[in-house]
Amino acid sequence: MSEITPAEWTAILLSLRVAIIATLVATPFGIALAWLLARRDFWGKAVLDAAMHLPLVLPPVATGYLLLLTFGRRGLVGAWLADHLGIVFAFRWTGAALACGVMSFPLLVRPIRLSIEAIDRRLEQAASTLGAAPWRVFATVTLPLALPGVLAGMVLGFAKAIGEFGATITFVSNIPGETQTISSAIYSLIQTPDGDSAAMRLVIISIVIAMGALIASEWFARRALQRLHGN
Amino acid sequence: MLRVDITKQLGEFSLEASFESQGRVTGLFGASGAGKTSLINIIAGLLRPDRGTIALEGDVLDDTSTHIHVPPHRRRIGYVFQDARLFPHLDVRQNLDYGRRMNRLVEDPAQHKRITDLLDIGPLLDRRPGRLSGGERQRVALGRALLSKPRLLLLDEPLGALDDARKMEILPYLVRLRDEGIPMVYVSHDAAELRQLATQIVMLQRGRVTALGGVKVLS
Repeated sequence: MSEITPAEWTAILLSLRVAIIATLVATPFGIALAWLLARRDFWGKAVLDAAMHLPLVLPPVATGYLLLLTFGRRGLVGAWLADHLGIVFAFRWTGAALACGVMSFPLLVRPIRLSIEAIDRRLEQAASTLGAAPWRVFATVTLPLALPGVLAGMVLGFAKAIGEFGATITFVSNIPGETQTISSAIYSLIQTPDGDSAAMRLVIISIVIAMGALIASEWFARRALQRLHGN
Repeated sequence: MLRVDITKQLGEFSLEASFESQGRVTGLFGASGAGKTSLINIIAGLLRPDRGTIALEGDVLDDTSTHIHVPPHRRRIGYVFQDARLFPHLDVRQNLDYGRRMNRLVEDPAQHKRITDLLDIGPLLDRRPGRLSGGERQRVALGRALLSKPRLLLLDEPLGALDDARKMEILPYLVRLRDEGIPMVYVSHDAAELRQLATQIVMLQRGRVTALGGVKVLS
């Protein structure tokens, strides 16, 4: 094992940037959806729940292709965003972040939903009798009590985002410095003669990042239980 | 004055209650399953009546004929639950301060000191609810409700979850509270408890008011 080359560093930093941005942008949407699924009954809830889980069960290539059709330069949403807001996803790192965000979304939402469902709703009632309007009940009781679940969801979502490959390479290709993440760099390296040791370095780095994320996630889950028991 | 005239269907159970209370402490008496908790949940605004009115000091809180329903957070009605329901993520001091913050009331250190002294909870201020005994928790819940400066205080079997020794520990505080003059609705299935505290009794049986009057209706 020799040193990490500048090209590898580029891929590592790009992966981190893509995964962090994807997680941060997806989290508010994830909290809103988790709350909706945990607390509200509405027409089409089962369909929404299934649609949200779709990236988990669909072949990633299919998800990537759907993203390309929708958010590509000629896609319905992609063309509109490019013309009106100047936001381009196709073959950019932002597209990689979008693909990672979509793919990791079900994993992000699940722990948040579970932790909201575990909250004793009678505490929220108590808050309302003390004068808290519904949104303040959410901000001062629901969200703080769900926070360990939110953090666990973010960690899991991040771990999934940083390892995403199929949807990303289909949607934004494998351009060094722009869309080549650790996963696609490993893919390229193992197809290159003499790429083995470089690929192995990136594999080890992936393992370190994934392990760190899983351990952090466990830790947050344990904190959640302690918090709910009021110690 | 509290005026209640409501009906509410809850599955198989129907609640139909009508009474007026002038008393400082209205004792809501009845066996378990008589509808006591549902009734005070309606007074608190946590449950909506199917039909009828709730008014406090001439202020209409519910009137189904004109579609008025004041949500719980705008009623200024304090509620002490049987199971305290302290916020586990906040310490005792923050729990006590919660109602003041939510109602955007100015800080009132004198009132804060009076209530913490009255309930002897000063030494508990830095603890988390998980580190309190059942009796301590209930005292903090009382203090938290009082410090939100309610117009009416609802107490749902506040001694219900406590053993006899703990009950004796809390009862004197409740008597002190009554003498503070804040109007209360006190729910209990224990006649002896109500004889000590209530100034007026509403007796509830299977969802109906069966007797109204002074504490002597308990005998």
